[in-house]
Amino acid sequence: MSTNSIRDTFFEECEELLEALVEGLSAMEENAEDMDVVNAVFRAVHSIKGGAGAFALDRLVSFAHTFETVMDKVRSHELKVDEELMLLFHRSGDQLADLVEAARDDREPNAESEATILKELEAHLGDADREEAFSFDAVTLDFDAAPMPIDLPEPEPTLRRFDIRFHPTPMLYANGHEPLLLFDALAELGTLTVQADLSHLPEFDAFDPNDAVIDWQLSLETSEDETVLHEIFEFVDALCDLEISVRDEDAPAPMPPEESPAPPEAAEPVTETAAPVVAKTTEPPEAKTPPKQSAPRDEPRGPRPTLRVDLERVDRLINTVGELIINQAMISQRIEELELPAVAHLTNELEAYKLLARDIQEGVMAIRAQPVKPLFQRMSRIVREASEATGKKAKLVTVGDSTEVDKTVIERLADPLTHMVRNAVDHGLEPPAKREDAGKDPVGAIRLSASHRSGSVFIEIADDGAGLNRARILEKAIEKGLVSPEAELSEQEIDNLLFLPGFSTAAEVSNLSGRGVGMDVVKNAVAALGGRVSIASVPGSGTTFTIVLPLTLAVMDGFVISISDQTMVIPIASIIETIRPNRKDLHCIGTDGQVISVRGSYVPIVDVARNLGLSGGETTTGSGVLLLVSTESQGLTALRVGAIHDQRQVVIKSLESNYGAIPGVSAATILGDGKIALILDPDELVKLNPAAPFLPLASTPRLELRHA
Amino acid sequence: MTTKVLAIDDSRTIRNLLRVSLEGAGFEYHSACDGVEGVEQFADVEPDVVITDINMPNMDGFGVIETLRNGPNRTTVPIIVLTTESGADLKARARTAGATGWIVKPFDDSSLVSVLRRLTGHVV
Amino acid sequence: MLDVIEAPTETQFEFITFSAGNQSFCLEITQIREIRRWTPVTKLPHTPDDVLGVMNLRGAVIPIFDLAARFGLGTTPDNERNVVIVAAAGGTTIGLLVESVSEILSVDKSAIQETPDIKSEAARQAILGVISVGENMVRVVNLDAVLDNDMGTAG
Repeated sequence: MSTNSIRDTFFEECEELLEALVEGLSAMEENAEDMDVVNAVFRAVHSIKGGAGAFALDRLVSFAHTFETVMDKVRSHELKVDEELMLLFHRSGDQLADLVEAARDDREPNAESEATILKELEAHLGDADREEAFSFDAVTLDFDAAPMPIDLPEPEPTLRRFDIRFHPTPMLYANGHEPLLLFDALAELGTLTVQADLSHLPEFDAFDPNDAVIDWQLSLETSEDETVLHEIFEFVDALCDLEISVRDEDAPAPMPPEESPAPPEAAEPVTETAAPVVAKTTEPPEAKTPPKQSAPRDEPRGPRPTLRVDLERVDRLINTVGELIINQAMISQRIEELELPAVAHLTNELEAYKLLARDIQEGVMAIRAQPVKPLFQRMSRIVREASEATGKKAKLVTVGDSTEVDKTVIERLADPLTHMVRNAVDHGLEPPAKREDAGKDPVGAIRLSASHRSGSVFIEIADDGAGLNRARILEKAIEKGLVSPEAELSEQEIDNLLFLPGFSTAAEVSNLSGRGVGMDVVKNAVAALGGRVSIASVPGSGTTFTIVLPLTLAVMDGFVISISDQTMVIPIASIIETIRPNRKDLHCIGTDGQVISVRGSYVPIVDVARNLGLSGGETTTGSGVLLLVSTESQGLTALRVGAIHDQRQVVIKSLESNYGAIPGVSAATILGDGKIALILDPDELVKLNPAAPFLPLASTPRLELRHA
Repeated sequence: MTTKVLAIDDSRTIRNLLRVSLEGAGFEYHSACDGVEGVEQFADVEPDVVITDINMPNMDGFGVIETLRNGPNRTTVPIIVLTTESGADLKARARTAGATGWIVKPFDDSSLVSVLRRLTGHVV
Repeated sequence: MLDVIEAPTETQFEFITFSAGNQSFCLEITQIREIRRWTPVTKLPHTPDDVLGVMNLRGAVIPIFDLAARFGLGTTPDNERNVVIVAAAGGTTIGLLVESVSEILSVDKSAIQETPDIKSEAARQAILGVISVGENMVRVVNLDAVLDNDMGTAG
C-alpha cells in the first residue's frame, strides 16, 4: 500500500467521521446530556486529529485539537451546552469539513472563518487548557525512507554518572514489562553497567517464576538529563522501587557501583527534577479523569464488516445481469413460440429461472443503494448558512434518512436539493417577527423526508412558512411574458410556473437562492433521473416540494403497448388507470381536440402516435385504449395507445449515450425478441402536442426541444 | 517465528499506517476496530504485543487494558497505548490499568518498530 | 460477418471500403467494431431521414444511420446485400447502413490525398481525404464529423 492510498483512506475515513460528527451534533441538539452522543462527537473529531497528525496536516490538527478540547469540557461537565455553543459546534464542524477538504485538495482553507471560530472556541477554554495547547511534534512518515539530514549543532556533552537502584514488584512482570528491555533503553543513553543482587533469591524449591525477587544495581554514564531516565521508568514507576541519584560529575567513575550514597549537593537537583514525576504518580489517577461513562454497549455501533468495491465493477455486473434478464425473457419467448406439447415442467423451470434472475438483479441493485442520510445531513449546513444569511431562524428536521436510494441518484440529487432547501429558507420562511405575529414558532422548520412508496422514492422538502404567493407569481410570469395576461390558470398551474425556464432571473438574485439557478434547473435535474417534482402549497402554513424518483435507474415496471405499428413501453408508475373508452364518453373540441368524461370531469385525450409523428394514429377511429396519467403541464390527461400487451419489468437502456435525447422518449429497453422498444415519457409526450386543449402554457416551455 | 502484533484502533487510517509500518518491519499484523473486538481478537490471535488506542467506541483503551490484565485470561504480554492524548492523568490511569508503555500519535514508525522489537525480543 | 483485430503499423493504414449512394467510401479499420447484416430497426420519432432508428447490439442500444442519406445522396434502397458497419469513436458506437462492403485496403499514409473541392460543405467536412484505387476514387469517411453532426441534429 502506498502512502497515497493510505492518504486516500484517511480522507475517506474523514468523510465518514464528518458524517458521524454532523449526526452526533444534531443528536446533541436533542439532548446534550447524553454522554454517549457527546463521546461519539468527541471521538469523530479526535480521530480526524489523529489521522491528520500522521500526514502532518498541522492546521487540521490544531483546529481539531481546539474543537476537541472544548468538546472534552462538555464531556467532563465543565461546560454547559446552550444554544450559542451548539451553533458554535455546528460551525466548527463545518469548518473542520472545510479544512479536511482543503487538505485533501491541497488548497488554502478559508483562514478568516477558521480564525474566527478558533477564537470563539478558545473563549471557552481556561488559561490552563490554552497553555496545554497541543503541539504535535509533526513526525511524518516517510515511506521512501530517505534519511533525514540532522544538522542540529551538537551540544557539548556533559557526562554524568547516575546510580540506579531498581527493585521490581511482581506486578511489573504481570504488566508485560521486562527489566532487560528497560536496561536496553538505558544502555542507549550511554554506558551502562548492571549488577543483579541475588541475595533475595529463595531456595530453588520455593521459587515462584511470577515472583519478583531480583534487585538490580545499575550505573549509567550519560549526557542525558535525569528526566530522560525517569521517562524510561515512567511506566514501571508504581511497579517498582526506584532510586536514581547523580554521582559527582568529576568523579572518574569507578566501576562497581556499591552502596550509592549520593552526595547531598548532588542529590538536590535529583529531587527537584524528579518532583513532577512523583507528583504524577501520587496523584489519584481517577481524580481528574472524567467520570467513566458507560460505553454504549447495548447499541452495537461497531461497523459491520464491509467490502470496498470499485463502482465500475458493480456497474459492469449490473449490466450483465440486465443482459441475463433480457436473455431469460428471450428464451421464454422462443420456447413459447415452439408450441411444444406438454411443457408443464419446462414452464416451471423457466419460471424458476426467471425468479432467480430477478433475485440476482435485486441483490446486485442493492449494492448500489445507499441511505440518503449523508445527503440529508449536508442539508443541515445549508439550512444553517441560509438562515444566517437571511436573518431568519430555521431548523432542519429529517425523516426517513435510512431510506436507501441508488448511489447515482443520491449524487445527482445533491445540487437540486441544496437549491430547494436554500429556497425553502430564503423564500419559504417568514422573518421571525412575522412568524410570531402569525402565532408561529419564530424558528421555522424545514422538513426533509424520504420514503419508499409503491416502487418509487419520495423525497419531500417542506417548510412551514407563508405558502406560495400565487398572485405575485402570476404577476411576475405575465411581466416576463411567460403567460398571456388573459390566461386563466388554476392554482396548480400557477405553482408550476415556478418551473418555467426564465421565471427566476438575476433581477431578484438574493445572496442565496439566486446564483443563476432556477427551479427549472432543479426540475431538469430530477427529470434526468427519471423523476418528477411537484408543488403543494397552503397559504399561511407552508409549501411542500415532492420529488418522486424511480427506485433504481436500471429497471422499471412498464406496460408493453403498441403505438401505430411499433411496440413501446410506458412506465406503470405514471399510469393512474386504464380506460376502454365508451363512444358516448368521448367528445370533440374544435377541429381535432378530443376529451373524455371521467367521472364527471373532462380530460383531454392525447394521441401518442400522432404526438410522436408516427402515421396511422388511432385518433380517427376512436379505437384503442386510454391510459390516464397525471402530468405537470396539464394535469390529468388520457393517452391513447393502440393496445396493452403485457406488463413486465424492463431493463432501462440509455438512448443518450450513443444518440441523444428524443422528445417524448425517456429511454429504451430490449424486449424478449431482442428488439428495442422505446420507453415513453408521458409528461414530455403531452407537451409535444401543440394543439392540446386546456394547455395555456404550451406555447412557451420546451420550444427548444422541438426542432430536434 | 514471527512476532504477532495486535493493533486496536477505531481509525482506519491509523490501522493502515500501522499495518504498513509493522508488516514492513516483519511483524505479523492483526487489527481490531474497537475495544470489544480487540479483546476477542486477543484470544484468537494470541499476540506477542498489543497496541491500543484510548478513545474508541464500545470499549475504550482503558477497558481493553483492564480486561486483558484482570480478565479470566489475564495476560502479561506488553500493552502499548498509542494515542494522541498526552495528559499525565490519562497516562497514570493507563499505567494503573496495566499498560506497558505509551506512545503519542503521530508516531514515528521507526521508533515504534524499535520499541516493539525491544519489547518482544524480536530479532532485528 | 467480419471481425477486425489488427492495428495498422505506423505509416501503413488499413481501410475497409464500401459503397453508399453508388459512391465508394472507406473507414479506417481500427474504428470498425463489426459488420452485420441489415435487420429491421426500431424507428425513432422526430428524427431526420438519415436516422433509421436504433438496434440492439449485444445489449447496447445503438443508432443506425443511412450513410448515403447522411451525405445527401438519397436514401439507401432496401436490398439483401445491405450491411451495417458498426463503428466507434470517442466512446460512442453507431451503425452505418451501406449498400455493400467491398474489400480491405492497405495503403501508405502518403497515398491519402486531400479532399478535392466539392460543393457540399457537409460532405466536405465528413471526408478526410481520398485514395485512388485503380480507376476508382475512395473517400475516407471522417467518423468524428459524422458523429458530431448527428449528435447535433439529435440535439
